[in-house]
Amino acid sequence: MENTQKKVKIKTKSVNLFYGTSHALGDINADIYENSITAVIGPSGCGKSTFLRLFNRMNDLIPGVTINGQVLLNYENVYAKDAYVVELRKKVGMVFQKPNIFPMSIRENIIIGPRHHGIKKKADLDIIVERSLKQAALWDEVKDNLNKPGLGLSAGEQQRLCIARALAIEPEVILFDESCSALDPESTMRIEDLMTELAKKYTIIIVTHNMEQAARVSHMSAFFMIDDEKIGRLVEYRPTGDMFSSPKDKRTEDYITGRYG
Amino acid sequence: MRKFKENLPGYIFLLLALSSISALALITGFIVVRGAPIITDVGLKEFVFGMSWAPSLGEYGIFPMIIGTVSVALGAGLIGVPIGICCSIFLSEFAPPVITTIFRPAIQLLAGIPSVVYGFWGLIFIVPFIRDYLGGPGLSILAASIILAIMILPTVISISEVSLLALPKQYKEGALALGLTHWQTIRFVMLPAAKSGIVAAVILGIGRAIGETMAVIMIVGNAVAMPESILDPVRTLTTNIGIEMGYATGVHQEALFATGIVLFIVIMILNATAQYITRKKSKK
Repeated sequence: MENTQKKVKIKTKSVNLFYGTSHALGDINADIYENSITAVIGPSGCGKSTFLRLFNRMNDLIPGVTINGQVLLNYENVYAKDAYVVELRKKVGMVFQKPNIFPMSIRENIIIGPRHHGIKKKADLDIIVERSLKQAALWDEVKDNLNKPGLGLSAGEQQRLCIARALAIEPEVILFDESCSALDPESTMRIEDLMTELAKKYTIIIVTHNMEQAARVSHMSAFFMIDDEKIGRLVEYRPTGDMFSSPKDKRTEDYITGRYG
Repeated sequence: MRKFKENLPGYIFLLLALSSISALALITGFIVVRGAPIITDVGLKEFVFGMSWAPSLGEYGIFPMIIGTVSVALGAGLIGVPIGICCSIFLSEFAPPVITTIFRPAIQLLAGIPSVVYGFWGLIFIVPFIRDYLGGPGLSILAASIILAIMILPTVISISEVSLLALPKQYKEGALALGLTHWQTIRFVMLPAAKSGIVAAVILGIGRAIGETMAVIMIVGNAVAMPESILDPVRTLTTNIGIEMGYATGVHQEALFATGIVLFIVIMILNATAQYITRKKSKK
């Protein structure tokens, strides 16, 4: 891939993933670059969420899942036998499709991660709360209501609280799994601006159904699709500008021009 | 006429449904009518807070039995609730499917054992054990608490398990994605989120312990006295009715019905609290 100025943050090497006997991801090789936004696109059921969940091992939660190959984060295989998944998830944060605020206060939602990673002092936690909320562009709206329930916020605010919560654990990579699909256009714009801002510090990978969103915010785009045997394949992976202006593969072109899926 | 024919099944079901409600109304009405005169015959305060129950002397104080019921139910809760909640966590979060398919029906079976069998078993195993190793007559608060703890397990386990399983899986995923361990996720996210269901489970379990009669009669000792330790025998409100109803007449019978009213009110309050808590949860 052409993007040579940037360091490779994550590398997948011949990854195959099976749900029981169904082959969901077939031989995936991709480099994810540091401090960039990588968009994962493709029709429903092509394995793009599964691909995203490789990086924080969320697929492990599904019974009967088998994963072969390697996923290297900072050149270390996160699926190695001695790899500790809790440590991995401190480095790879995730924002889900629907805001999944816990039924507790705004402050508690943010400190739950850091507190269980050993930060106990109230002053330190206060700093984390303020910093994460500011990074998530939510501080001004909630600074006087930190002890109010997080579920009282609007959907867009809740999703930014989820981002703040993910930022509070100081990850290196943040995964966004269709995180704007349940939001109104204005909230979506705010989160896209946020992603662009966050990409200066973090490595960001987003799954999105929204082609404009992928084109607007991402530096690299990965197009997934199932092949004739229903195996999820990485069809094309290039800088977003190139892929959207001159897709190499016919399937990519059909998809991004809206003739498919 | 045709319209009536069409609606006939509806009327029949209405009638049958009404019969169950009217049973409730009848029983409630009957207990209240037969028990209420105690207020004038003995006096409400003397009845509820009286320390002496001696029908032959005309003394009808149920306070020792209230203490008996409370201590037995509390003991059952102290033993049964932690075990029950841990069991529900195990079933919903840790147990492999093979285990749950055996465990769940087994717990349901526990609920199906007749209470007289529990009582008999307690009398043969628990009572002598307490007498031999801990002292006292064996027939005691502790014996009844242990047996009731087992009897409330199915209620506590199944309701807490349901409330844990009903949590959106996004909570669990979200917590794990923050790098919490599985146990931290359960302890700090899932249990607090399922709190209202678990509290309801505990209340209903305690309610069951308060209402149980047969098993308790057999092992609690039935002595009408203020207990000084958990190894002392007591009498509960339910066993008081169970033991004396056969020969009670007049004011004595009134007093037993009034005991029933007290029980009825306590159970109603507990059930209403449990319902209120679960309803408040589902509104959110």
